[in-house]
Amino acid sequence: MKQDRDIQLFIGSLLRWGVLLSMAVVIFGGTIYLYRHGNSIADYSIFKGQPALTSNFTSIINGVFTFRGRAIIQLGILLLIATPIARVACSAMGFIAEKDYLYVGIALTVLVIITISMLGGFGG
Amino acid sequence: MTVLILTLIILAGSYAAGLVGSLTGLGGGVIIIPLLTILLHVDIHYAIGASLVSVIATSSGSAAAYVKEGITNMRLGMFLEIATTSGAITGAIVAKYLPVQYIAILFGVVLIFSAGMSLRKKVEYTGQKKSLLAEKLKLNGTYPVNDKPVTYNVSNVGGGFLMMMFAGAMSGLLGIGSGALKVVAMDGMMRVPFKVSTTTSNFMIGVTAAASAVVYLQRGYIDPGLAMPVVIGVLLGAFTGSKILVHSQSKKLRYFFAVIVTFLAIQMIYKGISGTL
Repeated sequence: MKQDRDIQLFIGSLLRWGVLLSMAVVIFGGTIYLYRHGNSIADYSIFKGQPALTSNFTSIINGVFTFRGRAIIQLGILLLIATPIARVACSAMGFIAEKDYLYVGIALTVLVIITISMLGGFGG
Repeated sequence: MTVLILTLIILAGSYAAGLVGSLTGLGGGVIIIPLLTILLHVDIHYAIGASLVSVIATSSGSAAAYVKEGITNMRLGMFLEIATTSGAITGAIVAKYLPVQYIAILFGVVLIFSAGMSLRKKVEYTGQKKSLLAEKLKLNGTYPVNDKPVTYNVSNVGGGFLMMMFAGAMSGLLGIGSGALKVVAMDGMMRVPFKVSTTTSNFMIGVTAAASAVVYLQRGYIDPGLAMPVVIGVLLGAFTGSKILVHSQSKKLRYFFAVIVTFLAIQMIYKGISGTL
């Protein structure tokens, strides 16, 4: 099917650019973080969770606007997580174009599961 | 240790993990976690968080190349993602309540199993009987062999679906792609040709990991200072590995890595049992 092929090519580009963009943001944030905190002492041996700056969506965005290195890295990671999710959404649209409603339903089910994971309050 | 030095060490280690993961087909995640926890004494929750992020990067990066070749069965992948994502959430929830020792032991067991699977013989199943469910779900497909399309059928859809749920749960619990378990489901149970199962399982790993990553992020498992060198290193290492793989498929090399990985796995199990992790 030609349509199938078009969707495959589009999804390939989407994944590639998603990874490249998120890596660019991570490297940018990482440079700022290392420039400011490179000489601090690192200790990851005890789990302390994360402050709001790097675990809460609104705080991450605020941190990005105030140029906080760790928040910018986390934005890059959010973009990375969003990449395969965007791929599922694009596949859903592709299946709509093909009028394959069974697979529109299957793609939407996957999106619903991820939304439940995101908003279900399992993070606490 | 200062942040800068630790970042450089982790970057180098992650590069090696990504390279070995790509060469053996094990994936970077199962190698980076023992590296971080045993050698660098990173808490296992942070290690799992960083690993899971790197899994999304390598899966998406290589899937980009595979889908363009037209080998990936996108319908099969999409259908099974219902199983893997719901399994992943379950795993991410259980991770909070399971004591660290058990996570380490379970990790070691999955790692040994994955090492064994990386040595298996690869079979291109094509002549399967038609399954009614696979037909209804339009899962059967074609893939190019020497530029000619070869048709294959998918069998045991139900069993494969359940196995994928388990693979997803392990992914969400341990922060790995659990590619070896996905291969059991697709090669072993659904009898999909090897090339199709490898690329399709890789295609699914990204969204499966994303489903539990959103939980991990809110729970504070993903530390940006740690995830940054891990994701960059593993991705670059995997990219290098994908370039080498074309030239050499040395059997000795695979056995060598399988032995190393098994050794790491035994260490994880030992640390889990002795409670020193």
